[in-house]
This record gives sequence, C-alpha cells and structure tokens, in this order.
Amino acid sequence: MNNYPVYTDNDPQKETITLNLGPTHPATHGVFQNVLEMDGERIISGVSTIGYIHRAFEKIAEHRPFYQITPLTDRMNYCSSPINNMGWHMTVEKLLNIETPKRVDYLRVIIMELARISDHLICNGILGVDTGAFTGFLWLMEEREHIYEIYEEVCGARLTTNIGRIGGFERDFNEIAFAKIKKFLIKFPPILKEFEKLFNRNRIFIERTSGVGAVDPETALNYSWSGPILRATGVDYDVRANEPYSSYEDFDFDIPVGNSGDVYDRYIIRNEEMWQSLRIIEQALQKIEKEPQGVFHADVPEFYLPPKEEVYNNMEALIYHFKIVMGEIDTPKTEVYHAVEGGNGELGFYLVNDGGRSPYRLHFRRPSFINYQMYAPMSAGMLLSDAILNMSSLNVIAGELDA
Amino acid sequence: MELAFVLEKFILITVIFLVSLGVAAYSTLAERKIAGYLQDRVGPNRAGPGGMFQPLADGLKMFMKEEIIPTDSNKFLFIAGPSLALLTACIGSAVIPWGPNIILGGKTIALQVADINVGVLYIFGVVSLGVYGLMIGGWASNNKFSLMGAVRAASQSISYEIPMGLSLIALLLVTNTLSLKEIVEQQHGGNWNIIYQPLGFIIFLVCSFAETNRTPFDLPECETELVGGYHTEYSGFKMGAFMFAEYLNMFVASAVMSTLYFGGYNYPGIDWVSNLVGPIIGPLIAMAVLFAKIFAFIFFFMWVRWTVPRFRYDQLMNLGWKVLIPLAIANIVISGIVITVYDKFF
Repeated sequence: MNNYPVYTDNDPQKETITLNLGPTHPATHGVFQNVLEMDGERIISGVSTIGYIHRAFEKIAEHRPFYQITPLTDRMNYCSSPINNMGWHMTVEKLLNIETPKRVDYLRVIIMELARISDHLICNGILGVDTGAFTGFLWLMEEREHIYEIYEEVCGARLTTNIGRIGGFERDFNEIAFAKIKKFLIKFPPILKEFEKLFNRNRIFIERTSGVGAVDPETALNYSWSGPILRATGVDYDVRANEPYSSYEDFDFDIPVGNSGDVYDRYIIRNEEMWQSLRIIEQALQKIEKEPQGVFHADVPEFYLPPKEEVYNNMEALIYHFKIVMGEIDTPKTEVYHAVEGGNGELGFYLVNDGGRSPYRLHFRRPSFINYQMYAPMSAGMLLSDAILNMSSLNVIAGELDA
Repeated sequence: MELAFVLEKFILITVIFLVSLGVAAYSTLAERKIAGYLQDRVGPNRAGPGGMFQPLADGLKMFMKEEIIPTDSNKFLFIAGPSLALLTACIGSAVIPWGPNIILGGKTIALQVADINVGVLYIFGVVSLGVYGLMIGGWASNNKFSLMGAVRAASQSISYEIPMGLSLIALLLVTNTLSLKEIVEQQHGGNWNIIYQPLGFIIFLVCSFAETNRTPFDLPECETELVGGYHTEYSGFKMGAFMFAEYLNMFVASAVMSTLYFGGYNYPGIDWVSNLVGPIIGPLIAMAVLFAKIFAFIFFFMWVRWTVPRFRYDQLMNLGWKVLIPLAIANIVISGIVITVYDKFF
C-alpha cells in the first residue's frame, strides 16, 4: 500500500474494502487519517497519514527569541499546555544555568499536576465516549473547567496558557488562586470516584477494553513509548521519578504500573495518576507554606523581564529590558536536552544553541508522535471498534502529533 | 360494515396516530432533558417555557434543511429507506389495546384499532419489517460506513428476533392466546404476566433494546465508529424520519412490553375504581395507567442509554446466540414443565 491517501477501490474483484478513517472522522479527535484495508469489520492492514496540521514549530522556533517560543509550545498538546510551557522554560534554564527558588519549583509542580489531571480527564472521558457512554465525560468536563479557572487566575488564559516565564512566573499566585486550588482538591475526588464507579467495574466497559491493544513491554520499549501507555505495559519509567526536575524528588508519590498494556490498563493507570497528582498538589501546598512568601521567580535580571513601572522609573531595569528585548545578552554555545513527564509521556526539548537570542535548532520530542508510530501495525487484525478505542487510549493529540 | 363503525375506527386511528407522533416527538425532548439531568446540565430550555416547543423547532429545522442526495446513490431506494422505517414504526401500534371498552349511550367502543386473533404475530411481523428501512437506506447511500451500519442493523435485528420470539412462546404457553386484547384481559387487576414469566420478560426487554437500536445495542448508528452508521449520508427530514422511527419504535416496544408483561391498562383495584367513577371515566383512568407504564419504560430506555457503554459487534452476537437463545429455550422448557405439572395436579 502506498503512503498517500487512497480514496476509492478500483478493483471490483477485490475481496476487501478500503476505508478512509479520517481525516475528519468523529473518532479521530483531530485531523489525521488512517487508510484501512478491511475484511468486513476486521482490519487487515492500515496506513497512517499525519501532517494535516503541521505548523513547522521547530523551524519557526529558530527565528524567535527564547521567551517567544513558549506560545508555540502551548499549541502542541493543548490538553495540558502548562506542562509544555514549563518544560520549555526549564530547558532554557538548564541552558543558562539558572537555579530557581524552591517556591517556584513547587508552584510549577502544582500547575503541572493540574495540567496532568486535565489531560487525563479528557483522555479517560473520551475513552468513555468512544465506548458509547457519554455521561462520564460531561461529569469530568465540569472539573476541567475548574482547573481552567485556576489557570485563568494564575495567567489569564485558559487553553493556550503561555503560563510562566523563563526563571519563574510572571506574577505571584494570588489568594483566589490558592483558594481555588484548595477548593478543587476538596471537590474533585468525589467526582473522580463517581466516574470510576461508572466505568471501573462496568461489565460492558471491561469487555470492550480489556485485552484490546495489548502490548508487551519489549515492543513498547522498541517503539520508544513513554508515559501512561508504557507504564500500562509494566515498565516503571516516569521522568518525574527517574530524572527528577522542578524538585519532584521532594515529593512522595507512587507510580502506577499495569501488566498487560491493554486499553483497560491504560485507563486504570491514568485514573490512578490523577489520584497521585492530587497527592502531589496537596504536598506542594504544604511545602509552599514553609517557603519564604512572595518569591515567584529566580533572580536573573538578564533574562527575566522587569515590571513595566520599574522599566520607566529605574535605570537598571530599563537597561535589562532593552537588552532582553533586543537580544543583546550572550548565551552559552552548547546543546541541552531536557525532558518532562507530559500528559502522554516524555516530552523532551533538544536545544542546540549558537550563542544568540534564538535556538540554532530546536527539536520537540512529542510523545504523541512517537507513541502513534505503532498505531497502524497494531491495528492489523483488530476489529474496527477496537482500533478506535485503541486510538483514543493512546491519547493522540493532533497538535502534538504534527507540531 | 356500517358507516358508524368505519367512522369510529377512523377517528381512533387518527387519534392513535397523532398520539404516537406526539409521544415520539416529545420523547426526543425527554431524552435530551433526561440526558441533561444525568449529566449535570440543563438540557434544551430556549424554545418555549422549559423547552416545551423544542420538538416543534427541531421538526421545523429538519424540514427547512437542504436535502442532499449523494450522486452515486440509488435515488429511489434512498428515499424509500427512511419512508419504510417510518411506516413500519407507525403501524405497530394498531393492535395494542389502549384501554377497556367504553360504553357510550348503549354503544360499546373498543379502544383498539384491530382486535385480531394473531396480534402478537402481527407485532412481530411489523418489527421484522422495520429493519428493511435501515438496510435499504444504508445500502442505497453508497457509503462504506452506511453499508457497515446497515449490515450491523440487519444481523443484529435478525439475531435478536429469535430470543425475542422464543421468550414470547413461553408467554403464550401461559396465556394460550395470540390476541393482545385477551392477553390483557387475563391479567385483570394485579395478575400480571411478569409474575409468571420474569426471565422471559428480561429476555424480551434486552431484545427490545436491540430491536430499537438503543444503547447498549446502538451499533448500527454508532457515531464514534461509523460516523452516523446507516444514516451517515442522510440530511433534512429523511434523517429526521430515521430518528423519528427510532423513537416511535421505542414507544411501540414500551407499549408491547406493558401489554404483554405488565397488565396493559390493568392496575390493582381497577374494578373498584371503575365502579366508583363510572363507565366513561374508568376506562380513561385505565388508559392513563397504560401510558404511565409506557412512559416508565421510555424513561428506562433513556436511563440505560445515558449510563452504559455499547457492545462490540462480536460481543453482541455472543450475547444473542450464546446467552439469550439458550436462556429463552430453557425458559420454554421450564414453563412447559411447570404448566403441565400444575394442570395435572391442581
């Protein structure tokens, strides 16, 4: 089969049919295509076509100063854009050797874990929708709304957050933000429990999902899988624990691991990770109490834009503002790789720097892109219904797939 | 056949037809309201007080939409499909006894269009025809998703007609008649068939979910896999006809279940109430009771739809052939033995 869209069957004698699943199909949740060779309901082979929303972010990034690349990362995995933002900031901090205060780390952890919850909420909710149970999805959507309200309080945006700056945050969390986080911690667990009651032991749901898309750990590692779907196969790899960043080593949390790598395990892993995220957020809130108040960014005037009042009234601030905006500050000529645990897996940033204000080359290791490579080979032999559940539990986000 | 009889039946048919359409239309609103209630949201509330005119607005919208007929489709069958689906959905209610006879000025008026002595078989025939609309519509669209939906619809309804019929055979062992009117009369008061045929009822209930293509058996339309299933290519009121047929089928299925297993218009203490309120109000109360039962079933259909996921195709077949048919046969055997033993010794 050719790797380009096939639209019709030309051979009338053919026993199989060619089915174009996508680019616009309700189950793909984004713009990508699978040309499937079907024998009745069973898939014989499939070819994935991606790139429908490729926006050349890596190329655009080569022409932008570091702090202007953050909005590009928003648009990759838009279900958990704060993780992308923070990952990028930490990469630049690694390049510039910036040490962030503990309080900043903890604030980042809170936001990242909220983002992880919102990512998993969508994935598990949509999995429910794809099996035909719509109700659980809407229960969870309401909670995602509360997470978005917290983002709104912190940065003013909701979906494409552009949250934080290199070195910390653009402003401190206000009282309302903390109140909303605390309220979320109280209100969310009962709803998640209710959602689990709807699915975890639902006979039809278990029959639909268990055994579907089962992957052994070796294959998963060979395909370089990461994140919840890798952990569902039984490999305990989590960037937060294996390569701690943003002071994750200070936190006490478990990494849920599955054993069969099927859709049901992935679902359970994601649910369990939400519980762990809640634990982390609770700990972070307690830790923040003990840190000095009012610290929300590292003291790096060369890279952290000063507030506007100071720019207008203070010589130093004006100079730094000018130097940052005009890109007059030298950066190390080196290359760094930094990875964070995104919603779907290891979200890496490989940054090659030639000393200027923008990267010489920037590569995003997008987990969706890498996880998705196995989709077509996996689909062969599956029923159409299974293939669709498999796709939704891989949590392929089109924006992250195509970057 | 005198004119008065024809006139009486004509009025009855018109009333029942309009009532079925009204119930079906408001079922769409009820579905959205119930879904909203289950999902922590409000549901439609813009058209009229509390969304009362939403079905009218929906119907109007359907009529105003552009009708798109795919170029490569078979136009005659493309139009015939939804028409057939709607037609078979409408005629199912003809044999349902809606209430006891009303005696008006010395004249008995039966609240049933046709008291035929093969009422149960008639219902079965009509239900079996219902799938033709879906199949023809899906096939005529010339779309692979539609075709898959149509194939699913055909195999599903054929598979589930068998356990449905078998569960009815056990019921007929109890009732000894095929006439729905007589079946209802036998269940006078609280002597309902559900007491004698609990397993048969459960099988019948599951099969009616499958026959009406409701979740967890909504594989023929199954949005997330087949886009829209058999109605992928339909638009405007042809699409509306399919949807409307589904709700009408649900109404008829609920009416049949109430009639066969839940005593139809009977309720405990019907005689006492009838004597109290007289020969005209009494039957009307009985009719209201029947409708209450029907609405309870419709609510149940919706409740299930917004709670459980759907089956996979092979699991659906497994359930039909490997679980429901053996159960239904066992039900026949047990019922037969019990009835024989009972007749012999008591």
